[in-house]
Amino acid sequence: MSLSLADKQLAALLWGCALLAAALVLLVLLFLFKESWPVLQHIALIRFFNDTSWHPVDGLYKLTPMLSATFYSTLGAVMLAAPLGIASALFSRYYAPSFLAGCYRRLIELLAGIPSVVYGFWGLTTLAPLIGRLHPPGVSLLTGILVLTLMILPTIALTADAALAAVPAAYLRGAASLGLSRWGLISGVTLPAARPGVTAGIMLAAGRAIGETMAVLMVAGNVVQQPHSLYDSVRTLTANIALEMAYATGDHRAALFVSGLALMCVVLLLVGMAELMSQERRHV
Amino acid sequence: MKKLVMFVTLILLIGAVWFFLRTKPDDTKVEKLVLTGSSTVAPLAAEIGKRFETLHSNVRVDVQTGGSSRGVSDARAGLADIGMASRSLKEDEKDLLSFTIALDGISVILNKANPVEALNKQQIVDIYTGRITNWKDVGGNDAAITVVNKAEGRSTLELFLHYFGLKNTDIKPQVVIGDNQQGIKTVMGNPNAIAYVSVGTAEYESSQGAAIKLLPLESIAASVENLRNRSFPLSRPLNLVTRGEPAGLAKDFIEFARLPQVNDLVEAQYFVPVPR
Repeated sequence: MSLSLADKQLAALLWGCALLAAALVLLVLLFLFKESWPVLQHIALIRFFNDTSWHPVDGLYKLTPMLSATFYSTLGAVMLAAPLGIASALFSRYYAPSFLAGCYRRLIELLAGIPSVVYGFWGLTTLAPLIGRLHPPGVSLLTGILVLTLMILPTIALTADAALAAVPAAYLRGAASLGLSRWGLISGVTLPAARPGVTAGIMLAAGRAIGETMAVLMVAGNVVQQPHSLYDSVRTLTANIALEMAYATGDHRAALFVSGLALMCVVLLLVGMAELMSQERRHV
Repeated sequence: MKKLVMFVTLILLIGAVWFFLRTKPDDTKVEKLVLTGSSTVAPLAAEIGKRFETLHSNVRVDVQTGGSSRGVSDARAGLADIGMASRSLKEDEKDLLSFTIALDGISVILNKANPVEALNKQQIVDIYTGRITNWKDVGGNDAAITVVNKAEGRSTLELFLHYFGLKNTDIKPQVVIGDNQQGIKTVMGNPNAIAYVSVGTAEYESSQGAAIKLLPLESIAASVENLRNRSFPLSRPLNLVTRGEPAGLAKDFIEFARLPQVNDLVEAQYFVPVPR
Protein backbone atom coordinates (compact mmCIF):
# COMPACT_ATOMS: atom_id res chain seq x y z
CA MET A 1 0.00 0.00 0.00
CA SER A 2 1.59 3.23 -1.06
CA LEU A 3 1.00 6.45 0.79
CA SER A 4 -0.23 9.56 -0.93
CA LEU A 5 1.82 12.73 -0.72
CA ALA A 6 -0.44 14.17 1.97
CA ASP A 7 -0.12 10.97 3.97
CA LYS A 8 3.66 11.08 3.69
CA GLN A 9 3.76 14.66 4.88
CA LEU A 10 1.46 13.90 7.75
CA ALA A 11 3.51 10.84 8.66
CA ALA A 12 6.69 12.92 8.71
CA LEU A 13 5.01 15.49 10.92
CA LEU A 14 3.70 12.87 13.33
CA TRP A 15 7.09 11.17 13.45
CA GLY A 16 8.60 14.51 14.34
CA CYS A 17 6.08 15.12 17.13
CA ALA A 18 6.52 11.63 18.56
CA LEU A 19 10.31 11.92 18.50
CA LEU A 20 10.10 15.30 20.21
CA ALA A 21 7.93 13.87 23.01
CA ALA A 22 10.26 10.91 23.47
CA ALA A 23 13.32 13.11 23.41
CA LEU A 24 11.82 15.35 26.09
CA VAL A 25 11.42 12.46 28.52
CA LEU A 26 14.98 11.34 27.86
CA LEU A 27 16.24 14.89 28.28
CA VAL A 28 14.48 15.20 31.63
CA LEU A 29 16.06 11.96 32.82
CA LEU A 30 19.45 13.05 31.53
CA PHE A 31 19.10 16.42 33.25
CA LEU A 32 18.19 14.76 36.56
CA PHE A 33 21.25 12.53 36.27
CA LYS A 34 23.50 15.43 35.41
CA GLU A 35 22.28 17.52 38.34
CA SER A 36 22.48 14.69 40.86
CA TRP A 37 25.86 13.50 39.61
CA PRO A 38 27.97 15.73 41.96
CA VAL A 39 26.50 14.05 45.03
CA LEU A 40 26.27 10.54 43.54
CA GLN A 41 29.97 10.73 42.79
CA HIS A 42 31.21 10.93 46.36
CA ILE A 43 28.27 9.51 48.30
CA ALA A 44 27.49 5.82 48.12
CA LEU A 45 23.96 5.10 46.93
CA ILE A 46 23.32 3.00 50.03
CA ARG A 47 23.57 6.13 52.21
CA PHE A 48 20.27 7.37 50.79
CA PHE A 49 18.75 4.35 52.55
CA ASN A 50 21.03 3.86 55.55
CA ASP A 51 21.76 7.34 56.92
CA THR A 52 20.16 8.18 60.25
CA SER A 53 18.04 11.06 58.99
CA TRP A 54 17.46 13.67 56.26
CA HIS A 55 19.59 16.66 57.22
CA PRO A 56 21.39 17.45 53.97
CA VAL A 57 23.13 20.53 55.38
CA ASP A 58 24.80 18.24 57.94
CA GLY A 59 25.53 15.58 55.32
CA LEU A 60 22.72 13.14 56.18
CA TYR A 61 20.68 11.99 53.21
CA LYS A 62 18.13 9.34 54.18
CA LEU A 63 15.36 9.25 51.54
CA THR A 64 13.38 6.16 52.58
CA PRO A 65 10.87 7.89 54.93
CA MET A 66 9.88 10.14 52.04
CA LEU A 67 9.61 7.21 49.64
CA SER A 68 7.24 5.45 52.01
CA ALA A 69 5.30 8.68 52.63
CA THR A 70 4.79 9.04 48.88
CA PHE A 71 3.79 5.39 48.67
CA TYR A 72 1.32 5.46 51.58
CA SER A 73 -0.35 8.71 50.60
CA THR A 74 -0.82 7.56 47.01
CA LEU A 75 -2.03 4.11 48.03
CA GLY A 76 -4.47 5.55 50.56
CA ALA A 77 -5.86 8.09 48.11
CA VAL A 78 -6.31 5.50 45.34
CA MET A 79 -7.99 3.05 47.72
CA LEU A 80 -10.49 5.70 48.76
CA ALA A 81 -11.00 7.36 45.39
CA ALA A 82 -11.28 4.26 43.19
CA PRO A 83 -14.48 2.80 44.68
CA LEU A 84 -16.01 6.28 45.00
CA GLY A 85 -15.08 7.21 41.44
CA ILE A 86 -16.41 3.99 39.96
CA ALA A 87 -19.59 4.28 41.99
CA SER A 88 -20.05 7.84 40.77
CA ALA A 89 -19.59 6.71 37.15
CA LEU A 90 -22.09 3.87 37.57
CA PHE A 91 -24.57 6.27 39.11
CA SER A 92 -24.38 8.78 36.30
CA ARG A 93 -24.46 6.05 33.59
CA TYR A 94 -27.11 3.67 34.85
CA TYR A 95 -29.09 5.01 37.77
CA ALA A 96 -29.43 8.77 37.48
CA PRO A 97 -32.23 10.29 35.37
CA SER A 98 -30.68 11.68 32.19
CA PHE A 99 -31.02 15.41 33.05
CA LEU A 100 -29.43 14.81 36.45
CA ALA A 101 -26.66 12.69 34.92
CA GLY A 102 -25.73 15.56 32.60
CA CYS A 103 -25.57 18.11 35.43
CA TYR A 104 -23.69 15.67 37.61
CA ARG A 105 -21.05 15.06 34.94
CA ARG A 106 -20.51 18.82 34.47
CA LEU A 107 -20.08 19.12 38.23
CA ILE A 108 -17.40 16.40 38.32
CA GLU A 109 -15.63 18.07 35.41
CA LEU A 110 -15.64 21.29 37.39
CA LEU A 111 -14.14 19.45 40.35
CA ALA A 112 -11.34 18.21 38.08
CA GLY A 113 -10.54 21.78 37.07
CA ILE A 114 -9.97 23.20 40.56
CA PRO A 115 -6.27 24.05 41.01
CA SER A 116 -4.43 21.92 43.55
CA VAL A 117 -3.35 24.90 45.62
CA VAL A 118 -7.03 25.63 46.35
CA TYR A 119 -7.49 22.12 47.72
CA GLY A 120 -4.30 22.57 49.72
CA PHE A 121 -5.46 25.87 51.17
CA TRP A 122 -8.83 24.43 52.10
CA GLY A 123 -7.09 21.44 53.67
CA LEU A 124 -4.79 23.65 55.71
CA THR A 125 -7.41 26.06 57.00
CA THR A 126 -10.42 23.75 57.38
CA LEU A 127 -9.59 20.06 57.29
CA ALA A 128 -6.35 20.16 59.30
CA PRO A 129 -7.87 21.98 62.33
CA LEU A 130 -10.79 19.49 62.29
CA ILE A 131 -8.44 16.52 62.34
CA GLY A 132 -6.29 18.38 64.85
CA ARG A 133 -9.19 18.35 67.29
CA LEU A 134 -9.30 14.60 66.93
CA HIS A 135 -5.56 14.12 67.19
CA PRO A 136 -3.04 17.00 67.09
CA PRO A 137 -1.24 18.43 65.18
CA GLY A 138 -3.84 17.89 62.41
CA VAL A 139 -1.50 18.17 59.47
CA SER A 140 -0.84 14.50 58.87
CA LEU A 141 -0.75 11.54 56.52
CA LEU A 142 -4.52 11.26 56.90
CA THR A 143 -5.11 14.89 55.88
CA GLY A 144 -2.82 14.36 52.90
CA ILE A 145 -4.70 11.24 51.85
CA LEU A 146 -8.09 12.95 52.13
CA VAL A 147 -7.03 15.98 50.08
CA LEU A 148 -5.41 13.74 47.46
CA THR A 149 -8.57 11.63 47.32
CA LEU A 150 -10.62 14.70 46.51
CA MET A 151 -8.14 15.67 43.82
CA ILE A 152 -7.98 12.35 41.99
CA LEU A 153 -11.63 11.41 42.44
CA PRO A 154 -12.79 13.34 39.35
CA THR A 155 -10.05 11.75 37.21
CA ILE A 156 -11.22 8.27 38.14
CA ALA A 157 -14.92 9.16 37.89
CA LEU A 158 -14.55 10.72 34.43
CA THR A 159 -12.34 8.00 32.92
CA ALA A 160 -14.57 5.26 34.35
CA ASP A 161 -17.58 7.08 32.97
CA ALA A 162 -15.97 7.25 29.52
CA ALA A 163 -14.98 3.58 29.69
CA LEU A 164 -18.55 2.60 30.59
CA ALA A 165 -19.91 4.72 27.75
CA ALA A 166 -17.62 2.94 25.31
CA VAL A 167 -19.07 -0.51 26.04
CA PRO A 168 -20.70 -1.58 22.73
CA ALA A 169 -24.47 -1.18 22.71
CA ALA A 170 -24.80 -4.72 21.36
CA TYR A 171 -23.55 -6.08 24.72
CA LEU A 172 -26.23 -4.12 26.52
CA ARG A 173 -28.96 -5.31 24.15
CA GLY A 174 -27.73 -8.88 24.50
CA ALA A 175 -27.82 -8.60 28.27
CA ALA A 176 -31.26 -7.02 28.18
CA SER A 177 -32.61 -9.85 25.98
CA LEU A 178 -31.37 -12.34 28.57
CA GLY A 179 -33.52 -10.51 31.12
CA LEU A 180 -30.62 -9.50 33.39
CA SER A 181 -31.33 -7.08 36.20
CA ARG A 182 -29.58 -3.72 36.11
CA TRP A 183 -27.03 -4.81 38.67
CA GLY A 184 -26.57 -8.12 36.84
CA LEU A 185 -25.89 -6.15 33.67
CA ILE A 186 -23.34 -3.97 35.47
CA SER A 187 -21.48 -6.66 37.37
CA GLY A 188 -21.62 -9.32 34.67
CA VAL A 189 -21.26 -7.37 31.44
CA THR A 190 -20.34 -3.70 31.45
CA LEU A 191 -17.79 -3.59 34.30
CA PRO A 192 -15.73 -6.50 32.94
CA ALA A 193 -15.91 -5.00 29.44
CA ALA A 194 -14.87 -1.56 30.72
CA ARG A 195 -12.12 -2.88 33.00
CA PRO A 196 -9.10 -1.85 30.88
CA GLY A 197 -10.38 1.72 30.66
CA VAL A 198 -11.16 1.89 34.37
CA THR A 199 -7.72 0.49 35.27
CA ALA A 200 -6.03 3.00 32.99
CA GLY A 201 -7.95 5.78 34.73
CA ILE A 202 -6.87 4.56 38.15
CA MET A 203 -3.23 4.44 37.03
CA LEU A 204 -3.53 7.95 35.65
CA ALA A 205 -4.96 9.09 38.98
CA ALA A 206 -2.18 7.34 40.91
CA GLY A 207 0.33 9.18 38.75
CA ARG A 208 -1.35 12.46 39.61
CA ALA A 209 -1.35 11.61 43.31
CA ILE A 210 2.38 10.78 43.27
CA GLY A 211 3.24 13.98 41.45
CA GLU A 212 1.00 16.29 43.47
CA THR A 213 3.10 18.80 45.35
CA MET A 214 1.47 21.97 46.62
CA ALA A 215 -1.62 20.48 48.24
CA VAL A 216 0.36 17.78 50.04
CA LEU A 217 3.02 20.25 51.08
CA MET A 218 0.38 22.35 52.79
CA VAL A 219 -1.46 19.60 54.65
CA ALA A 220 0.91 16.69 55.33
CA GLY A 221 3.15 18.38 57.92
CA ASN A 222 6.45 17.69 56.13
CA VAL A 223 8.37 16.10 59.00
CA VAL A 224 10.76 13.53 57.57
CA GLN A 225 9.84 10.40 59.50
CA GLN A 226 8.59 6.88 58.97
CA PRO A 227 4.82 7.19 59.71
CA HIS A 228 3.56 4.90 62.46
CA SER A 229 -0.05 6.02 62.34
CA LEU A 230 -2.40 7.95 60.08
CA TYR A 231 -2.02 10.99 62.38
CA ASP A 232 1.74 11.24 61.91
CA SER A 233 3.17 14.11 59.96
CA VAL A 234 4.96 12.99 56.78
CA ARG A 235 6.94 14.51 53.91
CA THR A 236 6.56 13.23 50.34
CA LEU A 237 9.36 13.36 47.76
CA THR A 238 7.68 16.12 45.78
CA ALA A 239 7.10 18.22 48.88
CA ASN A 240 10.75 17.76 49.80
CA ILE A 241 11.88 19.21 46.50
CA ALA A 242 9.46 22.13 46.64
CA LEU A 243 10.31 22.95 50.26
CA GLU A 244 14.06 23.01 49.98
CA MET A 245 15.01 23.67 46.36
CA ALA A 246 14.75 27.44 46.51
CA TYR A 247 17.48 27.76 49.13
CA ALA A 248 19.63 24.70 48.47
CA THR A 249 23.21 24.91 47.25
CA GLY A 250 25.96 22.41 46.45
CA ASP A 251 25.45 18.85 47.69
CA HIS A 252 22.09 19.73 49.24
CA ARG A 253 20.80 20.81 45.84
CA ALA A 254 22.20 17.71 44.15
CA ALA A 255 20.60 15.52 46.83
CA LEU A 256 17.24 17.10 46.01
CA PHE A 257 17.76 16.10 42.39
CA VAL A 258 18.40 12.58 43.66
CA SER A 259 14.97 12.67 45.28
CA GLY A 260 13.62 13.78 41.90
CA LEU A 261 15.37 10.83 40.30
CA ALA A 262 13.88 8.49 42.91
CA LEU A 263 10.43 9.90 42.14
CA MET A 264 10.97 9.32 38.43
CA CYS A 265 11.94 5.70 39.17
CA VAL A 266 8.74 5.22 41.20
CA VAL A 267 6.67 6.57 38.31
CA LEU A 268 8.50 4.34 35.82
CA LEU A 269 7.80 1.37 38.09
CA LEU A 270 4.13 2.29 38.22
CA VAL A 271 3.87 2.64 34.43
CA GLY A 272 5.70 -0.66 34.03
CA MET A 273 3.32 -2.37 36.44
CA ALA A 274 0.29 -1.00 34.61
CA GLU A 275 1.72 -2.24 31.32
CA LEU A 276 2.40 -5.70 32.76
CA MET A 277 -1.11 -5.94 34.19
CA SER A 278 -2.78 -5.01 30.92
CA GLN A 279 -0.62 -7.51 29.01
CA GLU A 280 -1.49 -10.33 31.35
CA ARG A 281 -5.13 -9.64 30.82
CA ARG A 282 -4.71 -9.76 27.07
CA HIS A 283 -3.31 -13.29 27.24
CA VAL A 284 -6.15 -14.66 29.38
CA MET B 1 -4.87 18.38 4.77
CA LYS B 2 -1.89 19.54 2.78
CA LYS B 3 -2.51 23.12 3.79
CA LEU B 4 -2.70 22.12 7.41
CA VAL B 5 0.62 20.27 7.21
CA MET B 6 2.25 23.23 5.51
CA PHE B 7 0.83 25.55 8.12
CA VAL B 8 2.06 23.50 11.08
CA THR B 9 5.51 23.05 9.51
CA LEU B 10 5.71 26.80 8.96
CA ILE B 11 4.82 27.49 12.58
CA LEU B 12 7.46 25.04 13.80
CA LEU B 13 10.03 26.61 11.48
CA ILE B 14 9.26 30.12 12.69
CA GLY B 15 9.44 28.89 16.26
CA ALA B 16 12.84 27.29 15.67
CA VAL B 17 14.25 30.38 13.95
CA TRP B 18 12.97 32.63 16.71
CA PHE B 19 14.43 30.34 19.34
CA PHE B 20 17.92 30.37 17.84
CA LEU B 21 17.94 34.08 17.11
CA ARG B 22 16.74 34.85 20.59
CA THR B 23 19.49 32.94 22.37
CA LYS B 24 22.23 34.67 20.40
CA PRO B 25 23.98 36.92 22.89
CA ASP B 26 24.37 40.55 21.94
CA ASP B 27 27.58 41.65 23.59
CA THR B 28 27.62 45.23 22.46
CA LYS B 29 29.36 47.16 25.23
CA VAL B 30 27.55 45.55 28.16
CA GLU B 31 28.98 46.35 31.55
CA LYS B 32 28.72 43.52 34.03
CA LEU B 33 28.36 43.81 37.79
CA VAL B 34 29.03 40.58 39.70
CA LEU B 35 27.60 39.97 43.17
CA THR B 36 28.27 36.75 45.10
CA GLY B 37 27.52 35.48 48.59
CA SER B 38 24.65 34.94 51.02
CA SER B 39 21.56 33.17 49.72
CA THR B 40 19.48 35.35 52.05
CA VAL B 41 20.61 38.56 50.42
CA ALA B 42 20.70 37.13 46.89
CA PRO B 43 16.94 37.25 46.09
CA LEU B 44 16.78 40.86 47.28
CA ALA B 45 19.96 41.80 45.42
CA ALA B 46 18.57 40.15 42.27
CA GLU B 47 15.33 42.17 42.53
CA ILE B 48 17.23 45.39 43.10
CA GLY B 49 19.51 44.38 40.21
CA LYS B 50 16.52 44.02 37.89
CA ARG B 51 15.32 47.50 38.71
CA PHE B 52 18.87 48.84 38.39
CA GLU B 53 19.07 47.28 34.90
CA THR B 54 15.91 49.05 33.76
CA LEU B 55 17.55 52.37 34.65
CA HIS B 56 20.92 51.48 33.10
CA SER B 57 20.20 49.71 29.83
CA ASN B 58 23.80 48.64 29.17
CA VAL B 59 24.35 47.03 32.58
CA ARG B 60 23.91 43.37 33.49
CA VAL B 61 23.75 42.50 37.20
CA ASP B 62 24.90 38.94 37.82
CA VAL B 63 23.93 37.54 41.25
CA GLN B 64 25.43 34.25 42.46
CA THR B 65 24.91 32.50 45.80
CA GLY B 66 27.35 30.54 47.93
CA GLY B 67 27.00 31.76 51.50
CA SER B 68 28.13 34.85 53.37
CA SER B 69 31.70 33.57 53.71
CA ARG B 70 32.03 33.24 49.97
CA GLY B 71 30.68 36.77 49.58
CA VAL B 72 33.34 38.12 51.92
CA SER B 73 36.22 36.15 50.39
CA ASP B 74 35.14 36.92 46.81
CA ALA B 75 34.96 40.61 47.58
CA ARG B 76 38.39 40.49 49.18
CA ALA B 77 39.92 38.51 46.30
CA GLY B 78 38.30 40.75 43.72
CA LEU B 79 36.38 37.82 42.19
CA ALA B 80 33.16 39.74 42.73
CA ASP B 81 32.52 43.47 42.46
CA ILE B 82 30.31 43.26 45.53
CA GLY B 83 30.03 40.53 48.15
CA MET B 84 26.78 39.76 49.98
CA ALA B 85 26.76 38.81 53.67
CA SER B 86 23.79 38.21 55.98
CA ARG B 87 25.84 39.15 59.04
CA SER B 88 28.10 41.90 60.32
CA LEU B 89 31.77 41.75 59.38
CA LYS B 90 33.95 39.85 61.83
CA GLU B 91 37.00 41.34 63.55
CA ASP B 92 39.43 39.89 60.98
CA GLU B 93 37.32 41.20 58.10
CA LYS B 94 37.63 44.85 58.98
CA ASP B 95 39.80 45.46 55.92
CA LEU B 96 36.53 45.44 53.97
CA LEU B 97 33.68 47.93 53.92
CA SER B 98 30.09 46.93 54.54
CA PHE B 99 26.86 48.68 53.59
CA THR B 100 23.62 47.56 55.24
CA ILE B 101 20.73 47.43 52.78
CA ALA B 102 18.09 45.81 55.03
CA LEU B 103 17.45 44.22 58.42
CA ASP B 104 16.12 40.74 59.02
CA GLY B 105 14.58 39.53 62.26
CA ILE B 106 12.45 36.63 63.38
CA SER B 107 9.75 36.34 65.97
CA VAL B 108 8.33 33.36 67.85
CA ILE B 109 4.57 33.24 67.30
CA LEU B 110 1.69 31.53 69.12
CA ASN B 111 -2.03 31.28 68.50
CA LYS B 112 -4.00 34.16 70.07
CA ALA B 113 -6.00 31.65 72.12
CA ASN B 114 -2.86 30.41 73.86
CA PRO B 115 -2.66 31.96 77.38
CA VAL B 116 1.17 31.90 77.41
CA GLU B 117 2.42 35.49 77.10
CA ALA B 118 6.19 35.05 77.15
CA LEU B 119 8.84 32.35 77.02
CA ASN B 120 12.46 32.69 78.01
CA LYS B 121 15.36 31.49 75.91
CA GLN B 122 15.78 28.20 77.80
CA GLN B 123 12.07 27.38 77.57
CA ILE B 124 12.12 27.87 73.80
CA VAL B 125 15.20 25.67 73.50
CA ASP B 126 13.53 22.96 75.63
CA ILE B 127 10.34 23.11 73.58
CA TYR B 128 12.19 22.83 70.28
CA THR B 129 14.42 19.99 71.45
CA GLY B 130 11.44 18.04 72.81
CA ARG B 131 12.31 18.32 76.53
CA ILE B 132 9.09 20.26 77.18
CA THR B 133 6.14 18.77 75.29
CA ASN B 134 3.15 20.16 77.18
CA TRP B 135 2.04 23.79 77.51
CA LYS B 136 1.24 23.33 81.21
CA ASP B 137 5.01 23.09 81.93
CA VAL B 138 5.43 26.71 80.82
CA GLY B 139 2.24 28.04 82.43
CA GLY B 140 -0.26 27.26 79.71
CA ASN B 141 -3.13 24.84 79.16
CA ASP B 142 -2.77 21.09 79.55
CA ALA B 143 -2.21 20.42 75.86
CA ALA B 144 0.54 18.90 73.74
CA ILE B 145 2.80 21.42 72.02
CA THR B 146 2.94 21.36 68.23
CA VAL B 147 6.46 22.39 67.28
CA VAL B 148 6.66 24.05 63.86
CA ASN B 149 10.11 24.17 62.26
CA LYS B 150 11.38 25.59 58.97
CA ALA B 151 12.63 23.49 56.07
CA GLU B 152 16.35 22.92 55.74
CA GLY B 153 18.31 25.60 53.92
CA ARG B 154 16.03 28.53 54.87
CA SER B 155 17.87 31.51 56.27
CA THR B 156 15.24 31.94 58.99
CA LEU B 157 16.09 28.47 60.27
CA GLU B 158 19.80 29.31 60.19
CA LEU B 159 19.33 32.51 62.18
CA PHE B 160 17.02 30.79 64.69
CA LEU B 161 19.48 27.92 65.25
CA HIS B 162 22.39 30.32 65.56
CA TYR B 163 20.65 32.51 68.14
CA PHE B 164 19.54 29.60 70.33
CA GLY B 165 22.77 27.64 69.86
CA LEU B 166 20.97 24.64 68.41
CA LYS B 167 21.67 22.16 65.63
CA ASN B 168 18.87 21.24 63.25
CA THR B 169 19.38 17.57 64.09
CA ASP B 170 18.46 18.37 67.74
CA ILE B 171 15.06 19.78 66.85
CA LYS B 172 12.03 17.51 67.20
CA PRO B 173 9.33 19.13 65.05
CA GLN B 174 5.74 17.99 64.51
CA VAL B 175 5.32 20.16 61.44
CA VAL B 176 7.84 21.48 58.92
CA ILE B 177 6.91 24.49 56.81
CA GLY B 178 8.29 26.33 53.82
CA ASP B 179 7.46 30.01 53.78
CA ASN B 180 6.30 32.43 56.46
CA GLN B 181 2.68 32.42 55.27
CA GLN B 182 2.42 28.69 55.76
CA GLY B 183 3.76 29.10 59.30
CA ILE B 184 1.19 31.75 60.14
CA LYS B 185 -1.68 29.68 58.66
CA THR B 186 -0.51 26.64 60.62
CA VAL B 187 -0.46 28.55 63.92
CA MET B 188 -3.83 30.17 63.16
CA GLY B 189 -5.35 26.72 62.65
CA ASN B 190 -3.77 25.10 65.69
CA PRO B 191 -4.14 26.75 69.15
CA ASN B 192 -1.25 24.68 70.53
CA ALA B 193 1.33 25.42 67.87
CA ILE B 194 4.56 27.37 68.24
CA ALA B 195 6.44 28.67 65.21
CA TYR B 196 8.92 31.33 64.19
CA VAL B 197 8.62 33.61 61.17
CA SER B 198 9.97 36.93 59.86
CA VAL B 199 9.05 39.82 62.13
CA GLY B 200 7.91 41.87 59.13
CA THR B 201 5.41 39.27 57.95
CA ALA B 202 4.14 38.40 61.42
CA GLU B 203 3.52 42.01 62.37
CA TYR B 204 1.72 42.72 59.11
CA GLU B 205 -0.49 39.62 59.32
CA SER B 206 -1.37 40.21 62.95
CA SER B 207 -2.30 43.83 62.17
CA GLN B 208 -4.58 42.42 59.44
CA GLY B 209 -6.42 40.38 62.04
CA ALA B 210 -4.62 37.03 61.87
CA ALA B 211 -5.17 35.11 65.13
CA ILE B 212 -1.52 35.07 66.14
CA LYS B 213 0.61 36.87 68.71
CA LEU B 214 4.29 37.74 68.58
CA LEU B 215 6.21 36.77 71.70
CA PRO B 216 8.73 39.21 73.15
CA LEU B 217 12.31 38.00 73.41
CA GLU B 218 14.49 38.91 76.39
CA SER B 219 11.58 41.24 77.37
CA ILE B 220 11.85 43.16 74.11
CA ALA B 221 8.74 43.22 71.96
CA ALA B 222 9.10 41.70 68.50
CA SER B 223 8.26 44.58 66.17
CA VAL B 224 9.58 46.26 63.09
CA GLU B 225 10.09 49.34 65.27
CA ASN B 226 12.48 47.48 67.59
CA LEU B 227 14.23 45.92 64.61
CA ARG B 228 14.79 49.35 63.18
CA ASN B 229 16.32 50.71 66.38
CA ARG B 230 18.34 47.50 66.62
CA SER B 231 17.17 46.60 70.13
CA PHE B 232 15.46 43.33 69.15
CA PRO B 233 18.01 40.57 69.79
CA LEU B 234 17.03 37.97 67.19
CA SER B 235 18.04 39.97 64.13
CA ARG B 236 20.85 40.55 61.69
CA PRO B 237 21.87 43.08 59.07
CA LEU B 238 21.97 42.22 55.38
CA ASN B 239 25.15 43.72 54.01
CA LEU B 240 26.86 44.48 50.73
CA VAL B 241 30.62 44.16 51.10
CA THR B 242 33.39 45.78 49.05
CA ARG B 243 37.17 45.94 49.14
CA GLY B 244 38.00 49.58 49.57
CA GLU B 245 35.75 52.54 48.80
CA PRO B 246 33.39 51.42 45.99
CA ALA B 247 33.76 53.21 42.67
CA GLY B 248 32.00 53.35 39.32
CA LEU B 249 29.19 50.91 38.77
CA ALA B 250 29.57 49.25 42.19
CA LYS B 251 29.20 52.65 43.86
CA ASP B 252 26.09 53.43 41.81
CA PHE B 253 24.56 50.07 42.68
CA ILE B 254 25.21 50.34 46.42
CA GLU B 255 23.81 53.87 46.51
CA PHE B 256 20.76 52.71 44.56
CA ALA B 257 20.22 49.75 46.92
CA ARG B 258 20.05 52.14 49.87
CA LEU B 259 17.57 54.56 48.31
CA PRO B 260 13.98 54.73 49.62
CA GLN B 261 12.69 53.82 46.15
CA VAL B 262 13.74 50.19 46.62
CA ASN B 263 12.00 49.92 50.01
CA ASP B 264 9.08 48.10 48.36
CA LEU B 265 11.50 45.41 47.14
CA VAL B 266 12.97 45.08 50.64
CA GLU B 267 9.52 44.74 52.17
CA ALA B 268 8.40 42.26 49.52
CA GLN B 269 11.12 39.91 50.83
CA TYR B 270 9.86 40.47 54.41
CA PHE B 271 12.95 42.40 55.42
CA VAL B 272 12.98 45.80 57.10
CA PRO B 273 14.38 48.82 55.24
CA VAL B 274 17.25 50.59 56.97
CA PRO B 275 16.25 53.96 58.44
CA ARG B 276 17.78 56.82 56.48
